[in-house]
Amino acid sequence: MSKPSPYMNPYLAGIGLGLVLLAAFVLMGRGLGASGAFSSTVSWIAELAAPAHAQANEYYQGYLAGDEHPLKAWLVFEVIGLAAGALFSGLLAGRARIAVEKGPRASTPARLLAAFAGGMLMAVGAHLARGCTSGQALSGGALLNLGSWMFMIMVFVGGYAAAWFLRWQWK
Amino acid sequence: MNAPFFKYGLFGDEAGLVVAFVIGLGFGFFLERAGFGSARKLVAQFYLTDLAVFKVMFTAIVTALLGVTYLGWMGLLDLDLVYLVPTFPGPQLVGGLLLGIGFVVGGYCPGTSVAATATGRVDGLAYLFGLVAGTVVYAESYSGIKDLVNAGGLGAVTLPEALGLPWGVLVLAVVAVAIGGFYGATLIERRFGGAA
Repeated sequence: MSKPSPYMNPYLAGIGLGLVLLAAFVLMGRGLGASGAFSSTVSWIAELAAPAHAQANEYYQGYLAGDEHPLKAWLVFEVIGLAAGALFSGLLAGRARIAVEKGPRASTPARLLAAFAGGMLMAVGAHLARGCTSGQALSGGALLNLGSWMFMIMVFVGGYAAAWFLRWQWK
Repeated sequence: MNAPFFKYGLFGDEAGLVVAFVIGLGFGFFLERAGFGSARKLVAQFYLTDLAVFKVMFTAIVTALLGVTYLGWMGLLDLDLVYLVPTFPGPQLVGGLLLGIGFVVGGYCPGTSVAATATGRVDGLAYLFGLVAGTVVYAESYSGIKDLVNAGGLGAVTLPEALGLPWGVLVLAVVAVAIGGFYGATLIERRFGGAA
């Protein structure tokens, strides 16, 4: 197998990403997102697993109310496209392979556990913030949204504050 | 022809889902192209060895911001019809902090973890399971915290409105911050980078 291709120039990739975001604004009147797709998916699973419980929960009801299937949501389709687009790019560049991303000192189980914990933390954070890096920082940033810029600054603050404590995982 | 097309009824919900998939294709393609399917590439931002996250993100923000600004000025895009997430200062500051910490713990953000999983990264999949678990925890505690997390809402408000400055001035400020940031990022990478 040939060596993976180098990554795209960050400014070119940024222009590409920005034009995709602009297309979302122009076509749909909304930005990109990611975390919201998981809210729909989890609500759908909750209704399958425990219908009565899901019926009584205000959060799940927010995604289950209405006649449409909960997975028939804009962000769910967008995230399916995201996965397909990333796979296409990864295959094209020879970067798609089964692997665990970690630094040389971290064990695989510790890394997977940390990835799980980080996902949990971010799910809670994204709900409080009403969006994640895609829906808030990127999309809201480009619309000069007040809350998005406050959010974005705190993401960088949190990341730099936590970095020293997590060197074991990456350095 | 006026944009946003969906809001002006040029197509309906079903076609909107096709648009969602196509937009997602582009989104995922450029995330992976930039290297954002790799946790090591992403967290390098916080160890100052590779500032591609900042560069890509701010280039994208500037590109889309200039786009909506000029399309708005030309009368082609009605910015009032583009959805703006309402501002809740407290929850958004705390949420941002949690996301920043979670980024370095987990190695991804929700969107990039999908790109990582799609290209075979097992830690990306573990992150996605965490995302589902965290969503369940939030949903199950929602009735107890909803008053707190919905407090202090300011509605949809932009930086120009909040600061009492013209839109164009803020656009110029963001462009200046981005260009200054790109220059600074290059200096920082030269200092801390090395193994690119």
